[in-house]
Amino acid sequence: MSPTLVILLVASCVAASCALIGTFLVLRKMALLGDAISHAVLPGIVIAFLVTGSRSALPMVLGAGALGVLTVLLVELFTRSRRLREDASIGVVFPALFSLGVILISRYAAQVDLDLDCVLYGEIAYAPWDVLLIGGADLGPKALWVNGAVLLLDLLFVLIFFKELKLSTFDAGLSAALGFSPVVIHYLLMSAVSVTVVGAFESVGAILVVAMLVVPPATAYLLTDRLGVMLGVAVGTGIASALLGYGMARALDVSIAGAMATVAGLLFLAALLLSPSHGLLARLLQLRKMGRRLSGQLLLLHLRKEGEVVPTAMLERRFGWSARRLQTVLSGLLRTGLVEREGGGLRLTPKGSEVLETTGRAQLAHKL
Amino acid sequence: MELTFTARNVLIGATLLGALGGTLGSFALLRRQSLLGDALAHAALPGVCIAYLITGTKSPLPLFAGALAAGLLGSLLILATVRWSRIKEDSAIGIVLSVFFGIGIVLLTYIQKLPAGNQSGLDKFLFGQAATLVVADLQVMAVLGAIVIAFVVAFYKEFKLLAFDREFGSSLGLPMRKLEVLLTLLLVVVVVVGLQTVGVVLIVAALITPAAAARQWTDRLGAMLLLSAGIGAAAGAAGSLVSASMAKLPTGPVIVLVSSSVLIVSLLLAPRRGILWARLRERQVAERIQRENLLKDLYLLGERRADWDTALTWPHLMGLRGQTGRELARNARPLVAAGLAERDGDALRLTEDGRKEAEQVVRKHRIWEVYLSRRLELPSDHVHRDAEAMEHALTEAAVTELEEALGFPAVDPHGSPIPARRASGGGNR
Repeated sequence: MSPTLVILLVASCVAASCALIGTFLVLRKMALLGDAISHAVLPGIVIAFLVTGSRSALPMVLGAGALGVLTVLLVELFTRSRRLREDASIGVVFPALFSLGVILISRYAAQVDLDLDCVLYGEIAYAPWDVLLIGGADLGPKALWVNGAVLLLDLLFVLIFFKELKLSTFDAGLSAALGFSPVVIHYLLMSAVSVTVVGAFESVGAILVVAMLVVPPATAYLLTDRLGVMLGVAVGTGIASALLGYGMARALDVSIAGAMATVAGLLFLAALLLSPSHGLLARLLQLRKMGRRLSGQLLLLHLRKEGEVVPTAMLERRFGWSARRLQTVLSGLLRTGLVEREGGGLRLTPKGSEVLETTGRAQLAHKL
Repeated sequence: MELTFTARNVLIGATLLGALGGTLGSFALLRRQSLLGDALAHAALPGVCIAYLITGTKSPLPLFAGALAAGLLGSLLILATVRWSRIKEDSAIGIVLSVFFGIGIVLLTYIQKLPAGNQSGLDKFLFGQAATLVVADLQVMAVLGAIVIAFVVAFYKEFKLLAFDREFGSSLGLPMRKLEVLLTLLLVVVVVVGLQTVGVVLIVAALITPAAAARQWTDRLGAMLLLSAGIGAAAGAAGSLVSASMAKLPTGPVIVLVSSSVLIVSLLLAPRRGILWARLRERQVAERIQRENLLKDLYLLGERRADWDTALTWPHLMGLRGQTGRELARNARPLVAAGLAERDGDALRLTEDGRKEAEQVVRKHRIWEVYLSRRLELPSDHVHRDAEAMEHALTEAAVTELEEALGFPAVDPHGSPIPARRASGGGNR
């Protein structure tokens, strides 16, 4: 396999598994718990290194998974004691655990084959050369095995528990009433986050895991209202960010992980502005359309009240509109023949009065 | 310990930052924006890089300015995204945090490839390298810190309203939105000041951990601010000294662990809010309830048999509350010790004092039953369960008033006599 292909495959696996799990974090408003876990797994990874003295994947996943669950437990413990709110609990737990990890790395740098740069940037660029050796046989890049396995696990998790995840995410009360414990699903999800984060940690680093966990699902959230579609779009956006990010990193000779987060951010920005259903532009257009309809309605009612030709200048003054604004409002009304020009003014046509007579105000808005 | 010049700089810087972070962090904590500081710190990174790319220097002021601008942009983006789209606040914070940081990393790696980039020293902003603090940095920190503190003092009342009752502030005609921007601006300044000392990742702890610890000790904002600043400064000082005294101990993480330890002690031991005291109080109440229940059970059995002298055996008592012999023995111990009961093998008998004590519990129970059935007109078979709980909660004074209000009833709704008020004061409460 060519090195580039390995990197692209690893990046795609990371992006896809993060997007699958991250979708539920975003929907459950737990994005920042994902952030906390992605930092707090560091001491778990370091301790696994120190105990086993090797970089083998399984102890690392176990160590990180344990710390991930510990983070969730601690945050909940503090929150439930009602001494700290949830945001503060997150804000005190993960820096403490991350600090522990950094100190362990600094103290035992000789034994721990992990430096702080890796913690921040990840080492995806080295993925092709870190191969899995079993009994002396070269089985290919280790990162590909690890992240492929994580993706498979996440995929199975989402497929098997799809119904339970969906129900407990959107209606925890109903879920509990039907006998699917939201608590069990919550802890399963948190374990899945921990495992996913470890896989991604080595490739893209602690902070950019968050970019992969949160940004593509948030992008998908802007594009659809259906959970199944959202999962698909999130995975697609994630993989697109990974691939385009790699291209950008190559072209500019910069950090791959950083470039992936940057592209993910750009895709999010595009969705935020341009999404047909929830984008800012669509909302703006909708607001303007509503404004035009309302103005047209006002104009018709005013003309009926006056009952005669009203000079346009007077209309402009009456509503405080500019000549251009009046023109925009009028164009629709003139085209449908509800008003007509006469001299320097406007008058309701017989058709206009008829429409006003026969339609209620609520329906009127749609006729204009 | 003789401090080197560098160690002295670190000590001063960490103490200053601790005090500033503690102060501004208190407001963030109270406004439930603990993680905003985290996002701002990450968002500042690309600002630092762009400032370096534009000016080509690493003197503190331009870098501060860049970080400040980027941090502000980040906070505005969070606000705007939450306000104008369906994205929730937690996602918005996560997005700004990670994407800005990603852009920062891209710029950082770009700068390092530049001919002069290797000496840029910008990566110290990531984890903080307090050891690189020079006197010029400290001067900038001190000046900015003084400005921040001056603003907090000048706008103390307004910020207090912002933290506790924004609506009331608006109704007074205060420009709450502008004040909010000002407070966020001050927070960004502190975050940027802290970047070099503790780094992007850990800055949130410099803000929130001291504030969370201080919150446990007081309910007053002024006291909390001072205490939080004090804890932050002390953690900064202690952390930098510890880290200077041993090799391979990075300053930022040590400071965080020191303030986290202070937080844990505060959560457990702070008077009134401490978890340990709460547990202790809960246990004391539970034990008192057990004790009073046993007294009452002995009394009721005696009353039913019109015989106070025969000791009651465990099997008599076990059936009442489904307790085991061992539990009964444990509950009996404090009664015997207080001279309220006498134990005779596996049997228990009330003493004269014990009977008086039990009468007071029964009295509370029965008066409450009368109150429920007469005033709230509950049927008499519905009042017992409620009285079971209230007999442990009512004070003597409250019962006396109730009794008076009810016209000194002689019997409860079930026809059992209500014991008289204790002749002389005292008692176990």
